[in-house]
Amino acid sequence: MKNIISSYDFTRDEIIQIFELATKFIREPRNETLKGKTIALAFFEPSTRTYLSFNKAIINLGGNVVGFSGSEGTSVAKGENLADTVRMLDNYSEAIVIRHKFDGAAKFASEVTDKPVINAGDGKHEHPTQALIDLFTVYKNFGTIDGLTFGILGDLKYARTVNSLLRMLTRFKPKGVYLISPPQLRARNEILEELNYPYRVTSDIIDVIEDIDVLYVTRIQKERFLDELEYEKIKESYIVNLDLVKKMKENSIILHPLPRVNEIERKVDKTKQAKYFEQASYGVPVRMGLLSKIMGE
Amino acid sequence: MEVNTKKELLVSKIRNGTVIDHIPAGRALAVLKVLNITGAEGLRVAIVLNVESKRIGKKDIVKIEDKEVNENEANIITLIAPTATINIIRDYEVVEKKQLKVPTLVKGVLKCPNPHCITNNDIEAIPIFKTIKAKPLVMRCEYCEIEINENDVLKQILGSPQAKPV
Repeated sequence: MKNIISSYDFTRDEIIQIFELATKFIREPRNETLKGKTIALAFFEPSTRTYLSFNKAIINLGGNVVGFSGSEGTSVAKGENLADTVRMLDNYSEAIVIRHKFDGAAKFASEVTDKPVINAGDGKHEHPTQALIDLFTVYKNFGTIDGLTFGILGDLKYARTVNSLLRMLTRFKPKGVYLISPPQLRARNEILEELNYPYRVTSDIIDVIEDIDVLYVTRIQKERFLDELEYEKIKESYIVNLDLVKKMKENSIILHPLPRVNEIERKVDKTKQAKYFEQASYGVPVRMGLLSKIMGE
Repeated sequence: MEVNTKKELLVSKIRNGTVIDHIPAGRALAVLKVLNITGAEGLRVAIVLNVESKRIGKKDIVKIEDKEVNENEANIITLIAPTATINIIRDYEVVEKKQLKVPTLVKGVLKCPNPHCITNNDIEAIPIFKTIKAKPLVMRCEYCEIEINENDVLKQILGSPQAKPV
C-alpha cells in the first residue's frame, strides 16, 4: 500500500496492471476486494465526476465510504486545519482520497497519516488518477500509448491534469508531444525539464493538427486569472470545431478531462474523433483498478 | 585575521564559540538571521562589517561566543554566503574548520513564493526546499514544486531588493 501523490508514483508496469484490472472491471463491475474496508473521501473542493466515480468505485469493490465534498458542514468551515481533519479521517478509514485547492495538500496530508493517501487533485499541481483515465482511453482506442503523437491544447500552465498527463507519459515512449497554448499559458519549466520524450512548444494548432493522434483539450480556467481582462483576451484562443476535426487524421481521437465550457463545439460531439464522454465513463473502472492495486494486496 | 592591519584586532578573540569569516560584505545580519540569533538568547555576538579582504574584496565577520555552529547551520549559511569560512574555537584555538556544502534539503528557513502552496496555508505545513542544482542554485518546493533561484533565496533572507548573487 502506498501513496499516490504524483504520476511519478506509478511505474509503467503498475499503470499497465491498473489498465488490465480496469478492463476486467468494465466486464465485471462487482467485486469484494474492499470488503470490510472504509475509504475516506476528503473533497475540500466541490467535485462531481471525481467524487462520484471514486464513491462508486469503492461501493463496486464492496467497500464503505465516509467523507464529504465541499467544506461546508464540516469542521473545516469552523477553521480546522488540514492536518487535524486528516488525523480525524485516519481514525475512520483505511485510505484517504483527497482533493484540495492548495498545491501540495495531498503530499502534506500523506505526512500526517500512515494510511495511503490518493491525490484526487491538489490546486494546480497534479491529478494523477485523471491521467490514468486519460491514458486508459488512449490504450483502449489504440491498444498502445507508445509511438503516438499527442497534442495538448489550452491552459498548460495552471491545468493540473496536464502536469499529471505529461509526467505519466514519461513511463511510455510517445513519438512526440505538441504543447499548444497561448504564450501566457505555456507549460511550467519545472515540468518540461524532466520530460524524457520529444516535445515542441507552439501556439499554432493548424500547423500541427494533421500530425496528431491524440488531441487533449483543456479548459482555460477563469478562476486562475487575477486579471479578468487578461482572461477575456485569451479565453477563446482555441475552439475545436468541425473545420479543425476535418483536418485531423482519420483514426485520431479528441480527449478532454471535463468539464468543458466552449473550447469544443457541441457539433464535434457527434464525430468519431470525440472520445471525451467515453473517457469520462472510464472513471469508475480505472479507479476500481487503482484501489484494487493499492488496497487489495 | 585580515582585519588586523594595524597590529590590533577590531574585535578581541573569543575563548569558545564560532568565527564566521569571509562573509560577503553586507550579509552578516542575514547570517545571524539564518542562525536564528536575535540577541534575545543572551549570546555575546560581535559583528564586523565592510572590512578589506584579499580574497573577496570586502567582507563581514561574525563572532559568536559559546555557540558552535553545527553542520546543518553551516550548510544553510552557504545559501547566502557561499564564500564564508566557519571556524570552531575552543580555548582560543581553531579546532575545526567546517566544510561548507549546499544543503540537499532546507526545512523551515525559506518561504514558498507560491501563495497557493499548502505551506502558506496550513499552520503545520513547514516549507521544505530541495536543492536541484548547486551552481547556479536552483531549489524546489517539496510540496508545490515551484522552483526558486539564488536571487530569490537572497531576497528572502536578506529582505532587500539590492541583493546580488556572489
